[in-house]
Amino acid sequence: MNAPTRIDSPAPDQAAQAEPRVMTGAQIVVQALVDQGVTDLFGYPGGAVLPIYDALFHEPRLRHVLVRHEQGAAHAAEGYARSTGKPGVVLVTSGPGATNAVTGIVDALMDSIPLVVITGQVPTHLIGSDAFQECDTVGITRACTKHNYLVKDVRDLARVLHDAFHIATSGRPGPVVVDIPKDVQFASGPYQTPDAARPIHDYRPRTRPDPAAIAEAAALIAGAHRPLFYTGGGVINAGPAGSAALRRIAALTGAPVTSTLMGLGAFPAGDPAWLGMVGMHGAYEANHAMHDCDVMICVGARFDDRVTGRLDAFSPASKKIHLDIDPSSIGKLVRTDVGIVADAADGLEALIAALGRRTADRERLAPWWDQIERWRARRGFAYRPSADLIKPQHAVQRLYELTRGRDVYITTEVGQHQMWAAQFFHFQEPRRWMTSGGLGTMGYGLPAAVGVQVAHPGALVIDIAGDASVQMTMQEMSTAIQYDLPIKVFILNNEWMGMVRQWQQLLHGERYSHSYSASLPDFVKLAEAYGALGLRAERPEELDDAIREMIDTPRPVIFDCRVERAENCLPMIPSGKAHNEMILPADAADLGSVIDEAGRSLV
Amino acid sequence: MSESLIPEAPASAYDMVRAEEPEAAATFAVLVDNEPGVLHRVVGLFAARGYNIESLTVAETDTGAHTSRITIVTRGTPHILQQIEAQLQKMVSTRQVQNVTKDPNGLERELALVKVRGTGAERMEAKLLADIFRAHVVDTTTTGFVFEITGSPDKIDKFVGLMKPLGLTEVSRTGVLSIERGQERG
Repeated sequence: MNAPTRIDSPAPDQAAQAEPRVMTGAQIVVQALVDQGVTDLFGYPGGAVLPIYDALFHEPRLRHVLVRHEQGAAHAAEGYARSTGKPGVVLVTSGPGATNAVTGIVDALMDSIPLVVITGQVPTHLIGSDAFQECDTVGITRACTKHNYLVKDVRDLARVLHDAFHIATSGRPGPVVVDIPKDVQFASGPYQTPDAARPIHDYRPRTRPDPAAIAEAAALIAGAHRPLFYTGGGVINAGPAGSAALRRIAALTGAPVTSTLMGLGAFPAGDPAWLGMVGMHGAYEANHAMHDCDVMICVGARFDDRVTGRLDAFSPASKKIHLDIDPSSIGKLVRTDVGIVADAADGLEALIAALGRRTADRERLAPWWDQIERWRARRGFAYRPSADLIKPQHAVQRLYELTRGRDVYITTEVGQHQMWAAQFFHFQEPRRWMTSGGLGTMGYGLPAAVGVQVAHPGALVIDIAGDASVQMTMQEMSTAIQYDLPIKVFILNNEWMGMVRQWQQLLHGERYSHSYSASLPDFVKLAEAYGALGLRAERPEELDDAIREMIDTPRPVIFDCRVERAENCLPMIPSGKAHNEMILPADAADLGSVIDEAGRSLV
Repeated sequence: MSESLIPEAPASAYDMVRAEEPEAAATFAVLVDNEPGVLHRVVGLFAARGYNIESLTVAETDTGAHTSRITIVTRGTPHILQQIEAQLQKMVSTRQVQNVTKDPNGLERELALVKVRGTGAERMEAKLLADIFRAHVVDTTTTGFVFEITGSPDKIDKFVGLMKPLGLTEVSRTGVLSIERGQERG
């Protein structure tokens, strides 16, 4: 993680520096946020946080973005964090404010996104009395945060807040909840600056690799005939240094690179060594390379089931090196030959140093690259074009082509459109791609786009959405309008919950149980109702002009892109199958017969 | 679809059973910051990840340093035990995790209160066995005893087993406590 840059407070007089300043709990919250370098936060007021909102009223250095639902605040903070490397900050009230934020908090935990979530709580003397808008926030969020606190004494407040930022942003990043009762917000206490505050927890995760493990890994890499880098979100969380080191080591070793959904952008999609995304709907060549490689170098990824497929047939012939900042990820699902606990950037730099002057033996790797070229030639992402209907893949391709060269950030919801976005939108840089990977939260993309646009006011921020997902957090359009955030919501509208429909078609005998939205809103009118521009494209020839109009509109846009309804997302590793049993579009007609009874019971 | 009904061993990320590895018991001593909810974190971790808790003890052991010691007896394959250790270590409140079972210097002790009802020869036999096991009598009536016994969990299991035919009515156990031999802090 990049340490957030500190904004200097207005010069305090000498006496104040020596003695901790006394202020109210609410003022401590605001001062701690300023001292932690926070400039933007996302929230929603309510009874139990009113003192903090009162303190915010007098603080010009903090920009508060009022969302329309607390889930939106958490996702917006995630988008903000993911696109900047800074922690996202959320401020919500007690009870429903906290519970509404929980989905976003779990999402951040699963995808290792640094968040500091401040929740109001009923006054300490009412805790446990079933007071109005009381809930056991720390109890509810204990299992879905990296750490959480209930602050019962104002004297602990500054320490807790600084601790929260440290924990959220160091080691494997994640969400931290700080629950502050209302009487603590009103009470007066000393404020300690981040440097002066004694930490509550001695939290110092290991980031530097063990030299012996590095030497062992370097020897394996140097001797490989079919090496492969399998990279993930950890490379992005390691900051620009992580992506730079990955690019260097890939060039040094001449090995191909694939990535998880979360890691897209860490390695440039334009590089010839890039194989595309790995996993259930990943690239044919990437999955086959995973299966057939002899040395797999996993960096900041966690062998998720969407990546590995059938575990007992996962990359059977390879030696596996796993570089991860979280020791519990190493060996969790797949047996690892060399485990390296380190930050991705530090670990890769150490590997580069250990490889020394040994450069890629192009001749030795030539048969491997020949094989990869043969897989590439199968064109796993091919689809049948149409002159009458907009193919969703075509829509994403055109969106990519027409936005090339611009300062683009992409967010997505969850489902078929998400996979098509991952397949057909290409990223050259990290932090350009925001998606809900681990939790798979429909409704993530629109509020995440709000957060990204807050962080990057001049950028082109596009939520590639589905018609079902986007309705889960559609209300955040109102936020975008209020703050002049010109986000573009590009809906691949097939009137179905597309991925559910696809699974029902393939695995449940074409019984389309409750996956069709029979009464979708008119998205163009809906855009107008919010004060945004509504656009629609129904035929392929309308697409380019409409996309151009969307890009050129300096305010929020909802784009209703009517796409073919029955299109399936391919290629696909069927449930319970291995990487080398991937189904290509050409074989997809009888996909149902490929997945056996056991596979059907999997998710 | 109908031809796909041939049963086949499910094999995927969801089929995590590693049949080749036998399960074993293990005792973990976890030193944690003594703060509200810390026991819930540990118990919640075990519940959420499907690990088994056979016994658990907890108390503040160093008031000055604000630390508590939690001793957990669990069961799993070597791979699962390794995961449990890593997951415990990962908690922000954790200061130290020690696998006492793996440690040749690890000591494990437990205390039990054992209630036995009986008269005549059975009652005498119970008292005789209790003496052999160095159990104390903490309550006596003409129709029975309450014994207090400390020792390794195995020893207590054996004692309880012997009391069964002699009128065992109730057992209360503390769960395992552990510490490392020697003078140094573990």
